[in-house]
Amino acid sequence: MIDYWLEWMPLLWKGTVSTAQVTVLSAALALLLAALTGICRLSKFRLIRGLALVYVLTFRGIALLVLLFWIYYVLPYMNIELSKTMAAVLALGLNYGAFGSEIVRSSILAVPQGQWEAARALNMTPAQRMFRIIFPQALIRMIPPFNNLMIELLKASSLLFFIGMTDLVYQADVLRGLYLQQSTQLYATLLVIYFILASMISYSARLLERKLSAGRL
Amino acid sequence: MGTTMEKQPQTAPETVDPTVAAAEATVPMVKYTDVKKSFGDLEVLHGINLEMAAGEKIAIIGPSGSGKTTLGRMLMTLDHPTSGTIEVEGEHLWHMERKGKLVPANEKHLHMMRTKIGMVFQHFNLFPHMKVINNVTEAPVKVLGLSKEEAHDRAVEMLRKVGLEEKLDVYPAKLSGGQKQRVAIARALVMRPKVMVFDEVTSALDPELVGEVLEVIKEIADEGEMAMMLITHEMDFAREVADRVVFGADGLIVEQGPPEQIFENPQSERLQTFLRRIK
Amino acid sequence: MIWSWEYAWSVLPLLLDVIGTTLLATLFGFLIACTFGMVLAVLGRSRFRVIRWTVNGFIEFVRNTPLLVQLFFLFYALPLSLGISMSAFTTGVIGLGLHYSTYLAEVYRSGINGVEKGQWEAARALNFSKQRTWTRIILPQAIPPILPIMGNYLIVVFKETPLLAAITVMEMLSRAKNIVSRDWRPTEPYTLVGILFLVISLLLAALVSLLEYKMAQRQSK
Repeated sequence: MIDYWLEWMPLLWKGTVSTAQVTVLSAALALLLAALTGICRLSKFRLIRGLALVYVLTFRGIALLVLLFWIYYVLPYMNIELSKTMAAVLALGLNYGAFGSEIVRSSILAVPQGQWEAARALNMTPAQRMFRIIFPQALIRMIPPFNNLMIELLKASSLLFFIGMTDLVYQADVLRGLYLQQSTQLYATLLVIYFILASMISYSARLLERKLSAGRL
Repeated sequence: MGTTMEKQPQTAPETVDPTVAAAEATVPMVKYTDVKKSFGDLEVLHGINLEMAAGEKIAIIGPSGSGKTTLGRMLMTLDHPTSGTIEVEGEHLWHMERKGKLVPANEKHLHMMRTKIGMVFQHFNLFPHMKVINNVTEAPVKVLGLSKEEAHDRAVEMLRKVGLEEKLDVYPAKLSGGQKQRVAIARALVMRPKVMVFDEVTSALDPELVGEVLEVIKEIADEGEMAMMLITHEMDFAREVADRVVFGADGLIVEQGPPEQIFENPQSERLQTFLRRIK
Repeated sequence: MIWSWEYAWSVLPLLLDVIGTTLLATLFGFLIACTFGMVLAVLGRSRFRVIRWTVNGFIEFVRNTPLLVQLFFLFYALPLSLGISMSAFTTGVIGLGLHYSTYLAEVYRSGINGVEKGQWEAARALNFSKQRTWTRIILPQAIPPILPIMGNYLIVVFKETPLLAAITVMEMLSRAKNIVSRDWRPTEPYTLVGILFLVISLLLAALVSLLEYKMAQRQSK
């Protein structure tokens, strides 16, 4: 067993790096879109609210794999040629940004009304109320659901195998061709690697939560 | 004013106190004119007329659900009147004049008006993600544009006034209810409003913590410059601090006058019943 | 012109031809998830620590690893190690079902925790058997409030069915892929698949909202 692991390690490591990379980049895009559209959904302007809602409904509704295929295979016909990584980050980011948007919105709404009122009584501008008072408090509420979302994103990054990204699944598939009889160990190893990566996300989320809520509770 | 005098021959003109006449000639600090407020189908205020002079301390008392809090929230621009007008130092609060007509105020106008008004809430509403000192300096820095040092000095001064200069670097979660409320008072005071609403500031406190908060408010009242609207259930406090007591019930102002009159010699049936009940 | 209606029309029947596979996989996968999820939820409350740990460990592991890799594991590894050989469709449905059973277990758990403690005590006071307590007292109160959440998972399972393409199941996306490799025109097939998925999931979402609305109405009565 150990022999096999040693032989697989270089390829699986390469795959892990690629998976981690694309997950981090997509997570950044998803968080950005989530914050932006989540706040827009609370805008007092109907048009802005509407656009944000359309984004959320559309990208939550389309199956990720279909979105990925569309971005990677169809966009080039509209003269938009993206690298595999770019296509992957765009698809994952758009998709998970839509789910994250709901988290941002509901966390903001969960901040007690009195906080808005106190900020207004101190004559803060709408932007100051949101970004100095409400959003920092909503942020803590967002951490646990975003932790789950980021784990979903990590798992979803396995779909990049379908467009031939050289991620973990791809490397395992290469190895399967060479070690057919060891498929069980190979895929079990793969599952464990993903589990470890997911645990790392949860661990960072807990650290962040502890840091942000330091002294407050 | 003069014409009224002529019609009242029993009042000799020479007995008119000149300071009263001067005060009446100046613009009131706050003026509610025929203010009504509904929430959905329910009208909670049926037409309020009320004036506050500069520096005047009024206590608003009355049974719960009589719309007292709404009165204060409208002044702080948290609830807007369904009809009627509120003026602060002669300027419309919820309206602006455009080509001689009153139109609803925009955020910019409200922002300008709010510089004169402050509020302390029943549930404190401290910002839980900021230390005590930052709770107090946040608005001076961001809203008034003071330098950090200046804001810090002002904040420390206010926190000293409420007896909490020891707690600068503590988060609100670590404070008792009475301490939280005193921070909230410092936070509102530091903006130097001309009129401040105290909305049932002791109602959410444990009985043994009420005293420390009332003590602080009394001290502020004694300094005198700021007009105060004290919405309260504490009758002894109202009596001690207020220049005038306003009794509201069922969405109307039923009776008002100096504390002695209101508490010793209530005129209306409604107020008599109310005072009997709380004794 | 990159979009040809004529071509799209010629492709559509080919896609609809396999929509049954997608829908059946959704249905069976979801049913397995609901059933096995219930088993996990109930066992997760077992008196025996070993059972609780095993169940919770299983849930944690499955939830934190990708369905795709689990499908590969079931499809490539199981026949080798255990000698179990199933059709790609069966493997896919079981994989989907197992994966989402861990999510539904959490949903059930929240529903069960939502039932007042007094209900357990009342059932015990009336000397109901354990089984009777579960089936007549607890679950009838635990399930209705979580039906909308369960409905949302139906949508999630539906959108995950294209993954079965990876283990050779011929569903809509794999059909589209085949068409593309035949005709070298990706725009229409992939766009159509996207629209089909969007329309069906929006329809399902509307159904869930309707359910939620009905539940709220029933509660307010």
